[in-house]
Amino acid sequence: MNEKILEVKNLKVTFKTHNGTVEAIRGASFELYKGETLAIVGESGSGKSVTTKVLMGILAKNGIIESGTAIYKNKDLCKLSKKEFVDIRGKEIAMIFQDPMTSLNPTMTIGKQIREAVLEHHVISRKAAKMRAIELIDMVGITNPEERYKQYPHQLSGGMRQRVVIAIALACNPNILIADEPTTALDVTIQSQILELIKRLQDEIGLSIIFITHDLGVVANVADRVAVMYAGRIVEWGTSDDIFMSPAHPYTWGLLASVPDMANKEIELYSIPGSPPNLMYPPKGDAFALRSEYALKIDFEEAPPVFKISETHYAATWLLDERAPEVPRPLFLQKRIEAMKKEAAAYGRT
Amino acid sequence: MAERDVILEVKNLKQYFRMNRHFTVKAVDDISFKVYRGETFGIVGESGSGKSTTGRSVIKLYEPTAGHVIFEGKEITGKIAEETRKMLRTRLQMIFQDPMASLNPRKTVMNIIAQGLDIHKLYKTQEERENRVYEMLETVGLSREHAHRYPHEFSGGQRQRIGIARALIMSPSFVIADEAISALDVSIQAQIVNILKKLQKDRDLTYIFIAHDLSMVRYISDRIAVMHQGKIVEMGSSDAIYKSPVHPYTKALLSAVPHPNPGVERYRKRIYYDPATVNYNEGRYHTIKGDHVVLATDGEYENWMK
Repeated sequence: MNEKILEVKNLKVTFKTHNGTVEAIRGASFELYKGETLAIVGESGSGKSVTTKVLMGILAKNGIIESGTAIYKNKDLCKLSKKEFVDIRGKEIAMIFQDPMTSLNPTMTIGKQIREAVLEHHVISRKAAKMRAIELIDMVGITNPEERYKQYPHQLSGGMRQRVVIAIALACNPNILIADEPTTALDVTIQSQILELIKRLQDEIGLSIIFITHDLGVVANVADRVAVMYAGRIVEWGTSDDIFMSPAHPYTWGLLASVPDMANKEIELYSIPGSPPNLMYPPKGDAFALRSEYALKIDFEEAPPVFKISETHYAATWLLDERAPEVPRPLFLQKRIEAMKKEAAAYGRT
Repeated sequence: MAERDVILEVKNLKQYFRMNRHFTVKAVDDISFKVYRGETFGIVGESGSGKSTTGRSVIKLYEPTAGHVIFEGKEITGKIAEETRKMLRTRLQMIFQDPMASLNPRKTVMNIIAQGLDIHKLYKTQEERENRVYEMLETVGLSREHAHRYPHEFSGGQRQRIGIARALIMSPSFVIADEAISALDVSIQAQIVNILKKLQKDRDLTYIFIAHDLSMVRYISDRIAVMHQGKIVEMGSSDAIYKSPVHPYTKALLSAVPHPNPGVERYRKRIYYDPATVNYNEGRYHTIKGDHVVLATDGEYENWMK
């Protein structure tokens, strides 16, 4: 668990657009350990997808990596040329996308698409590649692999298609799998099947997974560690128990509180006021200050540094500074955390 | 319960789509339910269960194959009088899932929201038209400057507010929200749900809330119908459905929902469901308690209630 497989440091990415420069990622740092699942959560536009695009070397043409490093096997992914990335992309780091319909070619059989991925990175015969493709179809839990090999994407259901996408991603035995909202477009029943599949494959082949989602239920299900992203920065990270049971950043509080509470239907849902800042004009200081009722004066002047809460738990908020006034978590969130602990204890016993 | 005012009654609704000579899709297969004035009626189920088709048949986007839909005391299936149609198109409104696809990209927000008013000629002067749109924009948490922009200039949450404004400007009594919040971020979902709840209180609205996000449906709904393969398999108050589900499909569906609680997730066991073990066609509705009903044959019912 302690071997770092990927380390991203102080990543900054900007996009040049007609209207000006958008600072999409403004200094994000995180690490991925071997065999773990790191979930990155955040709203749309917080920079989570851009981060993964940097790691895959598929940043759009107008995107520029201003600074930062992403060290994988002693190589800096931020500085690799297009040619050098060919050896990494797919082979070492693979990715599955949100929409299984648009990530498959509708005019090719699924078998051919999986075989293509196998042939691209291995020097083997077509026959051997076909065998490997059928093996992969079987591995992702699709029955009758030989029959399915000949089918087209439109003949498969959404859940099956996502399994095929996973099979393609696993074709070259990658070390890191990046899953960008892989279950958002699926039904809950299919979602839990896909999550079970991803976890099973992780156990079998020892993948390290970066899992991007905005569904906190899914996070609780898959993640070993969680990084919360807001306005191009990672504002809090820790083990999933750290984040769910003792969140420290006001944004994390808001995020957890906006999940509907089953017990109290009468109470209005908590919603974080306002909307995320326009990163063309990033605010001075803490980007969340404008939406936070706990903002201090300094939040509007200077961006907070990262404070260490425990060996595993870090957060970037001035509330953790020793000079800051004592700000307890909102009462209803605290109550809910206690209810969650009780619920978890009850589950553990049965 | 019995004295409550029924605003919408669906009786034995069937909606079949004939694909070719040999094959007909029974998207909605003989369902009946009542919706009471002022409540929120949730419909949940996986894709292909017929929940969206139900919503679309009720609002007459499809002509039902068989059955009756009675809205505010008037039959609205089959040929209807011009007057009834007008009443239906103003009193019954729909909010769609994809806020980008459901707004015309070539129209300003003003024209999108006022389109219903234009069609039904519900204003006397241009000024009145504009003022009603401004007022509506402010009701849903946007500002009047937004009226002269185009849909692409807005974020997903703002676009969904425009969709809500467009539905509510007709002063409907009944709104069908078909996956209205599914495409939005968690924190934005909460904002939209709060707006919907507030408007329901202020304007005495009735909702049908169609979604696959079960936690949000439970939060917003008074009563819930669980659909599977075109049938309502279980229906009851939202507490009854969530706390004491009877039908194995409902149980399987609920067990698949991830809890935002890592302590629970570590131990959560999923219940699997095999539709082949349950006979939908021969089942009838058994009343469990109050208005909590389940579709089952007599033998199945006995088994499940053990």
